[in-house]
Amino acid sequence: MKTNLAVLTLGLATGSAQAAGLSVSVEIPRLSVAEYHRPYVAMWIEDSGRRAASNLNVWYDVEMRNDEGEKWLADLRGWWRKAGRSMDMPIDGVSGPTKAPGVHQVDFRSGAKPLGTLKPGSYTLKVEAAREVGGREMLSIPFQWPPKDSETKSAKGKSELGTVRLNLKN
Amino acid sequence: MTLKIRALALAALPLALLATSADAHRRWLLPSATVLSGDTELVTVDAASSNQLFVFEHRPLPADNVTVTGPDGQPVATKIIGSGDYRSAFDVPLTQQGTYRIALVNDGLMGTYMLDGERKRWRGTRAEMANAVPAGGTEARFIQTNGRIETFVTLGAPNETALQPTGQGLELVPVTHPNDIVVGEPARFQFLSDGQPAANLKVEFVEGGTRYRDAAGSQELTTDAEGMVELTAERPGYYYIEAGMEGTPPADDAIAGSRSSYTGVLEFLPL
Repeated sequence: MKTNLAVLTLGLATGSAQAAGLSVSVEIPRLSVAEYHRPYVAMWIEDSGRRAASNLNVWYDVEMRNDEGEKWLADLRGWWRKAGRSMDMPIDGVSGPTKAPGVHQVDFRSGAKPLGTLKPGSYTLKVEAAREVGGREMLSIPFQWPPKDSETKSAKGKSELGTVRLNLKN
Repeated sequence: MTLKIRALALAALPLALLATSADAHRRWLLPSATVLSGDTELVTVDAASSNQLFVFEHRPLPADNVTVTGPDGQPVATKIIGSGDYRSAFDVPLTQQGTYRIALVNDGLMGTYMLDGERKRWRGTRAEMANAVPAGGTEARFIQTNGRIETFVTLGAPNETALQPTGQGLELVPVTHPNDIVVGEPARFQFLSDGQPAANLKVEFVEGGTRYRDAAGSQELTTDAEGMVELTAERPGYYYIEAGMEGTPPADDAIAGSRSSYTGVLEFLPL
């Protein structure tokens, strides 16, 4: 009976470890402009040395012929400098199509691509948006990993991004 | 008539390459972008000399003398668009990932002499020097010149292969990669003269857009003992750097001196 309990406890702990991760929700604002194109959006994690620790998602014109949509990836200046320029796009599980105005949530599991395994420490989630004939905006949400409890942090954009939420799960 | 004017303008081209106090125009290669993404891309470059940055208001630079070194160190063919009265233009296809060095290097002799009471200028090679001064010319003086005008562009991740110094004339050696510079972060470069650190070299550093401000906005910097200089920009944009120095005269009695110059265009991007 005691043995069974131990197994059960172990099972619970393992279950908790598997669920660890984070989710990011990005609000793309609806803009009333004469010429609207969906923004390119990148989200990544930087470590305390401001180096890219995880390249989470990039939403761009993946469907264009001959990878022509990659021409504008450099407009995501922050992401391009920290992560994009040294990667060969597209990347499975990272590249995705541009999104319509609204809230979009993406979940990332610790230990699995593209989040991977973060060493304990201080990190910053970066979310950047750049829009053709529009502007560019980058938001930062600092966080500690691993989180003590599940917690949600947010940042609010002024132009190209609405509210960005980071939900941490331990 | 138009043809004649064009011919005159072309004849004047090499003079625009010289850094002399008599011709203080800035000489520049301005690329359409410096940091690019995609499998292949293209930059188009304007080549001109002017006072205002970066305004076409004086002379074109000769696009056919431009050399482009690709990310693998091999030359890249440019596509020349043409030359107008105020600027030349050419395209550079970028088919490899990495850094490209775009340069206009002038290496030769410059001479002056008096003829019929007028000061004349001449440019050419050592072999051509014997015929440089026509009959009746006096006060001939020749100096060796080396001028480098350049800029850099990068497709994808930057690399260093194209940036290796040639050991000739004044050169800029990056400590900070020239396509990885942003506002607020100091960019460090080393100047070399014939491959050796150019210490105590005066370097002019000017933000573009001179037409839209009253101040000249020119910073005068000096390299340290190692030839190092640090550039910091508060605003993003294209910037111009220039340096010039007297060199060691060659062991040639017919040549009175040596002068080398460097001008470059760097883009500081927003963070």
